[in-house]
Amino acid sequence: MSKWIPLWLHKLGSPPTFYRFARTVRPWAMGLALLFGVIGLYGGLVLAPPDYQQGDAYRIIFIHVPSAWMSMFVYAMMGVSGFVALVWRIKLAEVVAMESAPIGAAFTFITLVTGSLWGKPMWGTWWTWDARLTSELVLLFLYLGVIGLYHAFEDRRQGARAASFLAIIGIINVPIVHYSVDWWNTLHQGTTVNLFGHSKMPWEMLWPLLAMTLATKFYYAASLCRRAGTDILALEGGKDWVREIAQAEAGR
Amino acid sequence: MIALSHFLAMGGYAAYVWPAYAVFFAVLVTDNVAPRLRRRRILRELRERLARQSARARRPPSKP
Repeated sequence: MSKWIPLWLHKLGSPPTFYRFARTVRPWAMGLALLFGVIGLYGGLVLAPPDYQQGDAYRIIFIHVPSAWMSMFVYAMMGVSGFVALVWRIKLAEVVAMESAPIGAAFTFITLVTGSLWGKPMWGTWWTWDARLTSELVLLFLYLGVIGLYHAFEDRRQGARAASFLAIIGIINVPIVHYSVDWWNTLHQGTTVNLFGHSKMPWEMLWPLLAMTLATKFYYAASLCRRAGTDILALEGGKDWVREIAQAEAGR
Repeated sequence: MIALSHFLAMGGYAAYVWPAYAVFFAVLVTDNVAPRLRRRRILRELRERLARQSARARRPPSKP
């Protein structure tokens, strides 16, 4: 066991093996994302009771909070694989870091827009320069900075290394986003859901939220598989195995 | 019918709840479509390159 796990990881690091692995995993991850998404949305929009203070407006939570968690989770994934890419120069780690960035940016954008749509009826304003909102906006700019820096280089691998460096520096912002509601007095509400303790939320509202959290996690896995696989085809364009795929899909 | 319109009204917050969900799905669908189009373009360009290479290989060497 201790011997074949490193061997398997080593094989997975080779582009053709990873490509086939990603092609196999992707439909399963997407299927689970859709399954948990349908269950979570049915639970959140139909079964869960309205909030005693916020009425039905609180139902934005079922996409806002999972997206916000993903905006930080994907950033951490990007930072860690960026670190691996810089230290061990693994091509696949560069691919994972750079292809995570657009997905993370998408979730950060969703978080900001849905938060704004929730803030208007509840706080009376679309936007305020509060610590949580501002640090989340900085997170979006960090993602955009990583994407922009990556594409600014003629040589893709050089660009990936420069952008990985920026991603690692930017990790400092992730705990700032997370603890901003504790460190500063914010208009944004504090932590409601606690993974390791008591959550200040009734179970009928909590389980759809957890289902949506799983759905977004699986969605990230599926989207990353597709993006990384596509990127590998671009990087390995001169290799025989990619040429075979190109010829096989000629009719489509 | 009444149940459906009650559901769609979202307790008077329909103007905020539904756009939020629309943005969520629109962004994720875009995130899904973009790499599909990129993959198709990459493979098409690769096929064009291979076709040019094989055409050049078949042509007799040109005289100066």
